[in-house]
Formats: sequence, C-alpha cells, structure tokens
Amino acid sequence: MTLPAVLCLAAGTYLLRLAGLVLRERVALPERVQRYVDLGATALLVALVATAALTEDGGSAGWARPAGVAVGAVTAWRRAPFVVVVVVAAGTTAGLRAVGVP
Amino acid sequence: MLFILAYVRSTDRTIGRRDLRDAAALGAAIVVIGMSFGALAAAAAVPVPIAMALSLLVFAGGSQFLVVAVVAAGGSPFAAVLAGLLLNARHLPFGLAIGDVVGSSWPARLIGAHLLIDESVAFATARGGGPAARPVYFLVGATAFVCWNTGTAIGLLAGAAVPDPSAFGVDAAFPAGLLTLLLPTLRRPDARRVGVAAGGVALLATPLLPAGLPVLAGLAGLFAAGRGAGRES
Repeated sequence: MTLPAVLCLAAGTYLLRLAGLVLRERVALPERVQRYVDLGATALLVALVATAALTEDGGSAGWARPAGVAVGAVTAWRRAPFVVVVVVAAGTTAGLRAVGVP
Repeated sequence: MLFILAYVRSTDRTIGRRDLRDAAALGAAIVVIGMSFGALAAAAAVPVPIAMALSLLVFAGGSQFLVVAVVAAGGSPFAAVLAGLLLNARHLPFGLAIGDVVGSSWPARLIGAHLLIDESVAFATARGGGPAARPVYFLVGATAFVCWNTGTAIGLLAGAAVPDPSAFGVDAAFPAGLLTLLLPTLRRPDARRVGVAAGGVALLATPLLPAGLPVLAGLAGLFAAGRGAGRES
C-alpha cells in the first residue's frame, strides 16, 4: 500500500460519506421516497449483520460465531441491555472455540 | 476530539449513563479489532505511517482489512483502492438516511461525515433518528475513532504479541451488537420484511460476488417493502 493509494481511498470514502449527508439536505425528498431511504439503511445493516454473522471470506464462518450471535440475539430479544448482549455473544463464541468448536 | 466532545455537550444533554456504558462496551471491542488490524498490517510489512494513515483518514475497518489483504496477496494498490471503495459505497445511502441526525451546519457535516460508520448509524437509528439522536451519534462516532486508532497503534507496536481476537469471540460481538440496535426498527412489519429479504439476498450473493457487493445487493430487499408500514407488532 502506497501513500497516494491510501489518500485516494481516504478521499473517496470521505466523499461517499459526505455526499449522502449533503444530498439529504439539498434534495427535498417526498415522504414515500424518504421511507425507502430509511428502509434502505435497514436493509444494508441487516445484510451486514447476516454476512458478518455467517460468512468469512466468501465461505462459511464455522459454528462458534453464528452460535454466539444467535445466543446474543435471543438475549437482545428478551430486552437485555446492549452491553450484556455483546458480552454474552462474545463469551459464547469464545467458550465454544476454547472447547474446539471451529 | 475535545472539539467533538464540546460539540456533543453543546447540542443537548441527552447523553445518559446507558449511552456512555454502551459506547464504552463498543469502544472496548473496537480496540481489540484495531489491535488485530495493527498486528496484521505489521505482519504484512505495511509501514507504520501507512497503517496509521489508513486508520486515521479512512476509518472504515472492513475496507482497511481488505486493502491490506489485497496488497499482501500481490494485488496492485489500484485494485486495493477500488475494492475498498466498493466496500465503503454503503456509506452514501447511510448518509442519505441519517442526514437529519448530523444536522445541516457545515462543521457538523464535515466532522459528522468522517464519523459515519455502521455503528454510529445503527445507534442513531436505534435512538429514533432525527436531531434527538445527534448526541449519541457523535458520542459513538468519536469513541469509535479514538478506540480504533489507539488499537491500531498498540497492534503496530506489539505486532505478533497481539493475541488472536477470535479467541475472545469479538467477531460475534459486532453482528450481535448491530442486531440489538436494529431490533426496535425491525418491530415494524415492513422493515422486518425488507430485513429478512435483504439478509437472504446478501447471504445468497456472498459466494458469488466480491467483498462489499453482497451487502449492497441487500438493497434488493426493498422490493419486499410493500405499500405502507403496516401495523406495529
């Protein structure tokens, strides 16, 4: 990785971030479109959760990680605080790995 | 950092103990991942200034791991930048969705843009969005920025002495944390339909498409939106 490459990636990423924020103010979106924009963010975040929970480098992430996320999800569903969910998920996965689950 | 904290304090006093505790938990996990990034960069013989520039200026973990991996595997820096930008393309629709959280003053936009990451977007959404979610957005974004860069620096210094983060299960903590933040939104039937479809499409696309595109393909889940929000469940 060279410095010009880092600067290109940094500038491009920053412009992607800023463009959305500025466009939101410049363009008055009808309510119907705004609903799709909000749902679009939800779609991206759920897609991110699904791929991060179940896949690694285009393949399966094994069993320990999905199991930890699943236990965390049940904890969250029962309205546990964020901190508890994160610790329970990490603890479950770490425990399973410690006993040899991939 | 001080400026950001001053800004957060001046906008509102709606940062509660719960927000501070949640941000601290997230920050701890981010330090661990940042350390693994620093250690990986050191192992791949990425010079320290380059690795720190990535964490300070790009500040998007997924794309940083990706570019280091691409270059380490013999890819050109050009290919690495393209792959990284593809992975970061989701930030544009995120910005569209949370523009009113960040606000319309230029200092807020210019700083808020750099702090736009999956976690700050998810926290702002979980707190109902709009200007009321502004303090938590900046709190989470600034905490993540400090923790990510601290972790990177430690990882670069410690190198091979950094333990494998998978032993701590941190890779499960991030999706579980994001899911927790999404749950209030997913109680709406239309959001739930879109979410299920988006997750399904992204998973089906993962073996077929390069990194970044499966998540973007999740936008196809919008076809499940239907006409109205439907009844709250």
